[in-house]
Amino acid sequence: MSAPTATPQVFASVGSMFAFDRFVRAVDDWAAAHPAVPVLIQIGSGAYEPRTAAFVRMMPPALYQQRIAGAKLFVAHAGMGSIIAAIQAGKPLLMMPRRYDLGEHTTDHQFATLAKFADRDGLHTATTVEELHASIDALLADTGVPPAPIAPYAGEPLIGRVRAFIHGSDAG
Amino acid sequence: MAERQIRVLAIASGGGHWVQLLRLRPAWDGCDVSYATVHPDSASQVPGARFFSFKDASRKNKASFAIVALQLFRAVATVRPDVVVTTGSAPALLAILYGRLFGARTLWIDSIANSEVMSSSGLRARKLAHQCLTQWPELATDPVPKYWGAVL
Repeated sequence: MSAPTATPQVFASVGSMFAFDRFVRAVDDWAAAHPAVPVLIQIGSGAYEPRTAAFVRMMPPALYQQRIAGAKLFVAHAGMGSIIAAIQAGKPLLMMPRRYDLGEHTTDHQFATLAKFADRDGLHTATTVEELHASIDALLADTGVPPAPIAPYAGEPLIGRVRAFIHGSDAG
Repeated sequence: MAERQIRVLAIASGGGHWVQLLRLRPAWDGCDVSYATVHPDSASQVPGARFFSFKDASRKNKASFAIVALQLFRAVATVRPDVVVTTGSAPALLAILYGRLFGARTLWIDSIANSEVMSSSGLRARKLAHQCLTQWPELATDPVPKYWGAVL
């Protein structure tokens, strides 16, 4: 494992559940073409180990949030953990969906996630490696509008109704 | 005489499932809450609460399901929850099942990632859990899943 020598400007993550080697290799290839930009990748259980970018397998939640906050651009799979982390940090996110046909997830639901969340400020999408490379370049040149800040917790009425369920007064 | 606090077991797999569960925390304010998830490091996000970790066994990783089954049974048997709340994924179905064996009321909240169809675990949870929610209004049907809102 190589340690980052400078605060990563690009922090990339496959999330914390499954490997996503196609994505890791794509970000590492981008890093090789841009040696002046410090890049850190959380690669999870993937088999491909980056040659240029710094990488870690997994990091504790506090450090993970620090890395997102400190980066100029957050790049990740189209997982809800990454999306929520980016929004909570007010950091632009470039996301690439995992493909079921390549064994990258149990279904193709990340494409649906992409469609549902692509309209939000600060959330950007790439469905191919070429798009990913072009979008990293574009977003580093101009990160655009960051995600709008949100409260740390879900809103009412969801909280209220879950609370009511817990207290046994609302099963419907 | 003060009433006993309601014991809640809040459980989720890693990644987005866990992040969504954390966004629901105010719902169990005042309860005696225990958490269960896959990454031991996640304990730092819920200081002061009882915490269990279980092996990451998705549907891609069937071999370790027996270990998870045992770990979750131990967690549920230790907590003896009045209520089990989960945001998925598959292993949490076991916590719902065990929770029911111990008399708990159980709530499945399908991940907001499932925006076009319920997860396969969520489809099973419709019959297994006392209440089953989707986070997308267009997926709500009668009687379940219901839509009560979303974590975002």
